[in-house]
Amino acid sequence: MSQVTGATGASTIHGHGHEHGHSPFLQHHFAEMEQQFDASKIGMWLFLVTEILLFGGLFVGFGIMQGKFPEAFYEAHHHLDWKLGALNTVVLLVSSYTMVMAVHSASKSNQKALIRYLVITLLCAAIFLVVKYFEYEHKIHDGLLPGKFYTYKGDHVPGGQQATFFSFYFMMTGLHGLHILGGMTVIGWVLKRAIAGHFNSSYYTPVDLVGLYWHLVDLIWIYLFPLLYLIS
Amino acid sequence: MSDHSTTAHHHPPAKLYAGVLAALLFLTVITVAASRVDFGSSSINVVIALAIATCKASLVILYFMHLRYDKPLNSLILLTGVLFLGVLLAFCLIDIDSRFPSRPSNLKVPIAAGAAAAGAGAAPGTAPAAGAPAAGTPAPAAAPSGGTQPAAAPTPSH
Repeated sequence: MSQVTGATGASTIHGHGHEHGHSPFLQHHFAEMEQQFDASKIGMWLFLVTEILLFGGLFVGFGIMQGKFPEAFYEAHHHLDWKLGALNTVVLLVSSYTMVMAVHSASKSNQKALIRYLVITLLCAAIFLVVKYFEYEHKIHDGLLPGKFYTYKGDHVPGGQQATFFSFYFMMTGLHGLHILGGMTVIGWVLKRAIAGHFNSSYYTPVDLVGLYWHLVDLIWIYLFPLLYLIS
Repeated sequence: MSDHSTTAHHHPPAKLYAGVLAALLFLTVITVAASRVDFGSSSINVVIALAIATCKASLVILYFMHLRYDKPLNSLILLTGVLFLGVLLAFCLIDIDSRFPSRPSNLKVPIAAGAAAAGAGAAPGTAPAAGAPAAGTPAPAAAPSGGTQPAAAPTPSH
């Protein structure tokens, strides 16, 4: 019942002339917050499936080319520093944990903890990109670049297929990096709204959905790390 | 468990999330350790790495993404996506396995010989439609080049 008394004050912000007291974030076409939350979640999962298929195409292509040129791919993967890959794996796993704790805090109406966890998640994302920057810089310096830009001269396996490995490396980690940037943008947006006090136990859908997206980005890295950095 | 739910979302306690994170970090160590062990075949290493990654992914999906506590419809959506990814992979593998060894597009040396042979081989096939007398001359020329093609084909794959 505290929900109703809390929302009567907020319904003036709503400004649509509703007499019934409900959350200012309840849309017209939903009967209640619960239904709205479930519907949003279904939409998010559908989007996540398209993301899985987007990355899935790259994974299948990588698998086929690795099966075809195992020696060249094995040779090429030595140019990657598995320690940096492992570090980034840990950073992303921790950020996933802080993200789910942010969702948890929001569901308990703990605004301070929500803000704190969102900030830590953003920091982890930034650390990931900084590590990625140093990795990319090293590759660019050595000429280990995709396709025709591949200028590295020390290939041990003839046939030019080490360049193919780096085409996949840059496309997959690059697309993943763009998703990290996108994730940082939406986490920043959620953080702004959290500071504005929009979220509590009756409404935290954006926190939850951004959390789902962030976990998917983590999930993709869980597969990228062993396949690119550790294949043998 | 103070479950004064104004909303019906079932969230596990915060301690469980810490446990899941510990398990994920532990599995990451296992992934790195397993990659340094020689299991006799490189494909076994890949299978082990993918199996551990799938364990980690399941933990993330079930607990961090709440799918274990969610409406089953969301799980169904995810499984449909994974199923179609499987279809993509399976049909690609069937296609690849049922082909002659193909050449990568950026393989410079043999590709010209291969293209010339293919071009010469295609000419007699289209020639009868244009005119039968003209097709008489290129046909014998195409035959020897077609004969050398199988001998040249295995070289790039090694």
